[in-house]
Amino acid sequence: MTDRVRIAIVGSGPAGLSAAARAAALGLSHLLIEKTDHLSDTIFKYQKGKHVMATPSQLVLRSDCDFEAGKREAILDRWNAQAADQGVNVAYNAEVKAIVGIGDPIPGSIQKIVERRRDGTTETKEIQRLAPPYRLTLSDGRDVIADAVVMAIGTQGNPNLMRVPGADLPHVQYQLDDPGEYNDEHIFVVGTGDAGIENALGLAADEAQGNAVTILNRSTEFASAKAANVKALMAAAEAGRLAIMTETTTAKVEPGFITLDSRDGEVKLKCDRIIARMGSAPPRAFVESCGIEFTSGDRLAFPKLSPVFESTAPGIFVIGALAGYPLIKHCMNQGYDVVEYINGNRDLKPADEPILAAKFAGLPEKKSVADWLEYLRANVAVLEGLSPLQMREFMLDSEVRAYRRDDVIFEKFDPGSSLFGIARGQALVEVAPGVDIPIDQGSIFGEVGLISGRRRGATVRAGADSIMVEVSRTAALKLMSSNPPAKRAITRISTERQLLQMFGAGLTPADLADILDTAEIRTVKAGEAILSEGDLGNDIYVIRVGSMIVEKKIGGKNVFLSYLPAGSYVGEMALIAGGPRTATVKATVKSEVIRLNGDAFARLMAAKPALLERARRDMAARQDVNAFIESRKDSFSTVVDMYSETAKFLVDNGIGEATDVLLIDEHLCVGCDNCEKACADSHDGLSRLDREAGRTYAHLHVPTSCRHCEHPHCMADCPPNAIHRGPDGEVFIDETCIGCGNCQRNCPYGVIRMDSVPPRKPGLLSWMFFGAGPGPGEPSKKWRAKNAEPGVEKPKKAIKCDMCSGIEGGPACVRACPTGAAIRVAPEDFLTVARLGGEAR
Amino acid sequence: MAAGAASPIRRAKGEVLHDGFLRHAGFRWLKIATLICVLSIASYMLVDVTPRHNGGSWYGYAMGTIGVLLILWLTLLGLRKRAMTRGRWSLKAWTSAHVYLGLSLIVIATLHTGFQLGWNVHTLAYALMMLVILSGLFGIAVYATLPAALSNNRAEMTQVQMLDAVRAIDRQLHDAAQPLTHEQAALVRQSLEDDPFGGGLIARLSGRYPRCATARAQAALRRWTGETPDTGNDPLERIDALLERKQAMLARLRRHLKLKALLEIWLYVHVPATFALLAALTAHVVSVFFYW
Ligand SMILES: Cc1cc2nc3c(=O)[nH]c(=O)nc-3n(C[C@H](O)[C@H](O)[C@H](O)COP(=O)(O)OP(=O)(O)OC[C@H]3O[C@@H](n4cnc5c(N)ncnc54)[C@H](O)[C@@H]3O)c2cc1C
Ligand code: HEM
Repeated sequence: MTDRVRIAIVGSGPAGLSAAARAAALGLSHLLIEKTDHLSDTIFKYQKGKHVMATPSQLVLRSDCDFEAGKREAILDRWNAQAADQGVNVAYNAEVKAIVGIGDPIPGSIQKIVERRRDGTTETKEIQRLAPPYRLTLSDGRDVIADAVVMAIGTQGNPNLMRVPGADLPHVQYQLDDPGEYNDEHIFVVGTGDAGIENALGLAADEAQGNAVTILNRSTEFASAKAANVKALMAAAEAGRLAIMTETTTAKVEPGFITLDSRDGEVKLKCDRIIARMGSAPPRAFVESCGIEFTSGDRLAFPKLSPVFESTAPGIFVIGALAGYPLIKHCMNQGYDVVEYINGNRDLKPADEPILAAKFAGLPEKKSVADWLEYLRANVAVLEGLSPLQMREFMLDSEVRAYRRDDVIFEKFDPGSSLFGIARGQALVEVAPGVDIPIDQGSIFGEVGLISGRRRGATVRAGADSIMVEVSRTAALKLMSSNPPAKRAITRISTERQLLQMFGAGLTPADLADILDTAEIRTVKAGEAILSEGDLGNDIYVIRVGSMIVEKKIGGKNVFLSYLPAGSYVGEMALIAGGPRTATVKATVKSEVIRLNGDAFARLMAAKPALLERARRDMAARQDVNAFIESRKDSFSTVVDMYSETAKFLVDNGIGEATDVLLIDEHLCVGCDNCEKACADSHDGLSRLDREAGRTYAHLHVPTSCRHCEHPHCMADCPPNAIHRGPDGEVFIDETCIGCGNCQRNCPYGVIRMDSVPPRKPGLLSWMFFGAGPGPGEPSKKWRAKNAEPGVEKPKKAIKCDMCSGIEGGPACVRACPTGAAIRVAPEDFLTVARLGGEAR
Repeated sequence: MAAGAASPIRRAKGEVLHDGFLRHAGFRWLKIATLICVLSIASYMLVDVTPRHNGGSWYGYAMGTIGVLLILWLTLLGLRKRAMTRGRWSLKAWTSAHVYLGLSLIVIATLHTGFQLGWNVHTLAYALMMLVILSGLFGIAVYATLPAALSNNRAEMTQVQMLDAVRAIDRQLHDAAQPLTHEQAALVRQSLEDDPFGGGLIARLSGRYPRCATARAQAALRRWTGETPDTGNDPLERIDALLERKQAMLARLRRHLKLKALLEIWLYVHVPATFALLAALTAHVVSVFFYW
């Protein structure tokens, strides 16, 4: 059976639904094609009762469907009703499997698809694009012919499927909505990522359900899951609530049974249900197969689009999360706009126009939004390759400001992770008091903060009346992933600047040309060594991202020598003093280093005595530490051990990537939990810290509390871009949080919780004298339920430590510790703490 | 060390990062309190009050006023501890001052009395003050010695995890007891139904639970297992091992609760005695002015 429509819309999320509603309103023949048996699967899968947020608030909604913040159920019900009322044609349970043109070949339009295989090799396929109309092949065997296609399939992709005989049987499922649904079953969970573990624990949680749960792990490690989840799983297995089978894979599935390949050979076991949680494959391959090109090979890249969302396949439009706009409001507006465009409306201004206009309002001249976008694109070199649509998106995440001559743009030691582009004028970088280095129009600055996530290294002022674009970290990362030339340019500039800043010594960019040509950026896995003691080699390594520890073997033991944060360098000893490497340098977390060719560096040192002098000084300081440790090795071996062990413990606990961390000295902690109470009372009554939980070594306790990582994992995937680094280096979540929980899942240290603000408590004095309210600290669930405002639903949002930013006096946990056990330290300092602790005892 | 270009730390080098409340700021409050005591004793010696030193002389009034103000300020620690206001205060500094200035009261108040004690409300106030101070001394003794023990004992477990662990063992005991004879199962049930922390304050503080049902169940079951060699598949052996584990976990939990109780119990003397002291002090002051 073949349908013929004007517009086929693939995916019924907010983007697709809004597009279909517009098509219905315009009376265009259309079909909304949805893989599942309900509308908007991503939102359908939110947890029950989730409060859905409607950010950004200043953006007006332009759609035939309504949307405002509220419960998931209310929104879905509303949409279902509106889709029916407005005459939207929906095909449910129909997954689009292929989209191909059935017109003539388009001359010169050839789609190259690069396929990466598991073994690392790649293969390039070439496909001749064909003109519209398009034929869409659906999984139910139907075909649909459409003049235009709107792709709105989101970014969820498809779960990775089991590939064994019987995997298509109905008791194999890829999702678990409610673990309470199943009773007295033999259930196998396949996959030991967080999702699999959480499902297994959920199924085994209530013994009364009587499920026999087994979780299968292909290897012996649980590398892809959070430590807390693994621990809980082990505890559950220990307690006999579920079984873990390692080095086991599935061989065959039959009704009632599963056959496994295990260490002891093949076993056939009773099995009523299989829950496969083996990750999901992003929809990219499918999208590419439709003739849609992506901006780069990067994992984070989005499809290449025109200002009206048209992809490289003419007549196929991409909108919504798949186009790089994860917020529901954006999705809905785009659905409306794209259908208007397809219907011939060329004058419609995008709904985000007022937001952009507001950004440009403060600039000296009056120009239209489109003109400003073009002005910035043409005048800032790294933006050159962006399309008008990309420029729009880019500016939504960025700011643009005018500065007068001598205005300070940022100060040395300010925290900041944004990048600045000079669209007009000049910036002056104060490298030493009274010594300014100019950076001219078209170039960028501030990139070190972006790369290494640390404080600004110098004060920058405007050298003339200027216009600067401030690019947020997110926007900069997007820019780099979608635009390879921009990435190369930023990397080269930042390497050059980092070297200039590190070595100072009167170097100029020209001096570095030779070194930069041979410089190479390398990613180093946690624990991997860049230098090994005894090796030959004279290259110099600059730590760009992450941090390293330096170790030396003394008497057969690895002794910790020092900690190197991003922005330091190693390798000078072998180069200056000759001989093999005297110590091993290992990454504490996944890091990036710049390798500089030793010979080129030696030539530079020969030409620049000041640089040689500087390197000699650093080397002497390091040799002192080595000598100190060596001299103590007999008399103080325990002290040295203690120091190394403590350092190792701290590094193992993620402190290598911390910028500020709460430690508790358990020689002093009396367990009063005043730190938790202070935390709760300083932040809307919710504590962001669990004192008792966490690791301890030699009485140094790392509680469950944010470490303000150099490269925060939580920031990685935040739809409203609500996580930032604040003025004191703190990583905080702002009020635009939509409560999706991505950050909580991404945090390896389990320090983010989802909760709603509890009701206000009566004051301290009324509690003390009249016993009113729950007293200091986080109120109990019971009190919260009793005192909640009836009928008012408070959204659950992500909360985490913000280092008490904006609270005078600093972190409340530390101020409120009666014995001085709680301290906050930067990694450079706590190793000193470890050492002092070691020597004092 | 590797001087990275952009040193992110603003903290001045050499600043002591970390010391406890007793050592706070190089024993600042110990020094101040000592100075106050020395000045008080010296002035007591130098000032000539006729016929002899007593609370009613101008010198006595001076000392008394200082004492009352100090006591009021010391009481305010309870408020400071809980008022999470903004600002550059540190509870550690407050505690440090509290301890040393509190101790200096021994000297100030004693000199205030001019060593004239008797059976009256004035001496009652003095005695209550000494009680508060003595309990405070006990407090700093436990604060100084027990935290390390608490930390060692809990071995990275939280109290909730310890309780969970006991519960998990209980579940296994319950399952493992199914094949047992009625008599044996009753012993296991005894352990399951026991409140392992019953026994009141004495048990809590001493950490000794002589009537622990788990210990008794194990001892009783050993009557059966004692004779037979371990074969590895007798359900009683499994029960025995589980009871052993439960006992170890209970011992840890009980030590944990004991240490926590010791760290807190003295406050149950310190604080109520403070309020009694405030009452007695009011009576003392009112009576002095009333009968003057
Ligand atoms: C837990 C969570 C909470 C969130 N909370 C909020 C919030 O509060 N506010 C907010 O603004 N955003 C929130 N987001 C983000 C937002 O939900 C998504 O970005 C948005 O739903 C994307 O809309 P979309 O229309 O582009 O795609 P989706 O909503 O993902 O819809 C895609 C649809 O396409 C279907 N589909 C996929 N492939 C095919 C195919 N081949 N053939 C046919 N159909 C197909 C899918 O089944 C699905 O129904 C949240 C996200 C998550 C995960
Ligand atoms: C008359 C003198 C004193 C008075 C009125 C007094 C009063 C108080 C009060 C009201 C508290 C608050 C308790 C709470 O709310 O938790 C307190 C705590 C404390 N006091 Fe005293 N005190 C006195 C003397 C001392 C002395 C002499 C010492 C030590 C030698 C001392 C040591 C402490 C300590 C260690 C705390 C606990 C701090 C904490 O854990 O928060 N006190 N005292």
